Amino acid sequence: MVISRKPLHVIAAIAIAILPLFSFANVSNDSVKKEAHEVHVAADASHGETAEPQDKKAKVDAYIQHHLQDSHDFTFFSDEKEGKHYGFSLPVILIDNGLKVFSSSKFHHGETVAEVDGNFYKLYHGKIYKTDAAGTINYDEHHHPTNAKPLDFSITKNVFSMLFTSALLLFMFIGLAKSYKKGPIPTGFGRVLEPLILFIRDEIAIPNIGEKKYRKFMGYLLTVFFLIWLLNLLGMTPLGINVTGNIAVTICLALFTYFITQFSANKDYWMHIFWMPGVPVPMKIILMPIEILGTLTKPFALLIRLFANITAGHVVIMSLIAMIFVGKNLAADLPISLGLTLFISIIEVLVAFLQAFIFTMLSSLFIGMAVQDHHHDDHH
Amino acid sequence: MYNLIGAGLVVIGAGLGLGKIGGSAMDAIARQPEAAGKIQTAMIIIAALLEGLAFAALILGK
Repeated sequence: MVISRKPLHVIAAIAIAILPLFSFANVSNDSVKKEAHEVHVAADASHGETAEPQDKKAKVDAYIQHHLQDSHDFTFFSDEKEGKHYGFSLPVILIDNGLKVFSSSKFHHGETVAEVDGNFYKLYHGKIYKTDAAGTINYDEHHHPTNAKPLDFSITKNVFSMLFTSALLLFMFIGLAKSYKKGPIPTGFGRVLEPLILFIRDEIAIPNIGEKKYRKFMGYLLTVFFLIWLLNLLGMTPLGINVTGNIAVTICLALFTYFITQFSANKDYWMHIFWMPGVPVPMKIILMPIEILGTLTKPFALLIRLFANITAGHVVIMSLIAMIFVGKNLAADLPISLGLTLFISIIEVLVAFLQAFIFTMLSSLFIGMAVQDHHHDDHH
Repeated sequence: MYNLIGAGLVVIGAGLGLGKIGGSAMDAIARQPEAAGKIQTAMIIIAALLEGLAFAALILGK
């Protein structure tokens, strides 16, 4: 048996594999979305005995929605009965007649009004609004708040995660770079990183961009690969981080690829977009808008793919765990739920790598299309 | 309700597409096992493009 030879490794692997279970284990205890709960209680009052499962489903829904959003603090778990939240606060930075910096603990998870230099702010559904001392929030007819929103530059959960990941990447790769001074073989953790870097170079950059021009883009490709991969993996930890499942982050990453592609493009690339060689003139005119649209749909597909994959993964894992709380028979639901969650979690670890790989691969493919030399005499 | 039916249709379409890609790639690898690496890469790219379309449909339909 291979397993019995390394019992410690197996135990460690299992321990890491079940880690994500702890992150969402308090679905029914979350009190952040009390409002959704109350609304449902009122709606279900007429249904009598069916009220409870409905209410739990609404809570699970609200909890998953809350997890997918960015937030001003880390909440690991919370006690609904006592109204306590366990986690830590993050700094809030507002620009509203000058810079205002304070800790998000002042909001008490949206329950109280924070007073800073005579101004009052309230956290409502993850966004900061300016209010009066009583914390009144006015609504328009669509139930959207009409209060003024100060410019929010806070270190939120996502920002914090990205800073942390960047620091980790810097630490790891500076260590790797330094170890090359001692000799050609890296030491320590660099031995894990070197094959990955070579993989990006030999399997992604050189085949897609070309032997001569790949060097210039290696920096971007490596950065984007390791950033996405690490952020995806961080999303699998019990910290409740969901950075790459945030569409603003993926839009930004896709914009980087878009601008790098457009600015490094050569004459042939623009020629193929605006005046396709080798086809009759009417076709050239028809093809032009299609090709221009094509440059935009490529990064759009990139951003949607990453966002949707990671979001879908998080929702699936949390829904499977929620089976424990929504179902009626705990003894039957628990093993099914845990087993399925373990299974999906392992798949998600694979997906974390695959999405980083595909993002890097397609980025280099798009860059390669823009910089490669065409030989019109041979092909067209 | 209708968006759920739409989601089902999207998943059927994506499943058919992925099945076609995977099946063809398997055929190709069986014919030329030495080209397995290249075929896998091409397969993943096309699968990713398809997946992007499917997700776009799912998100727009939501």
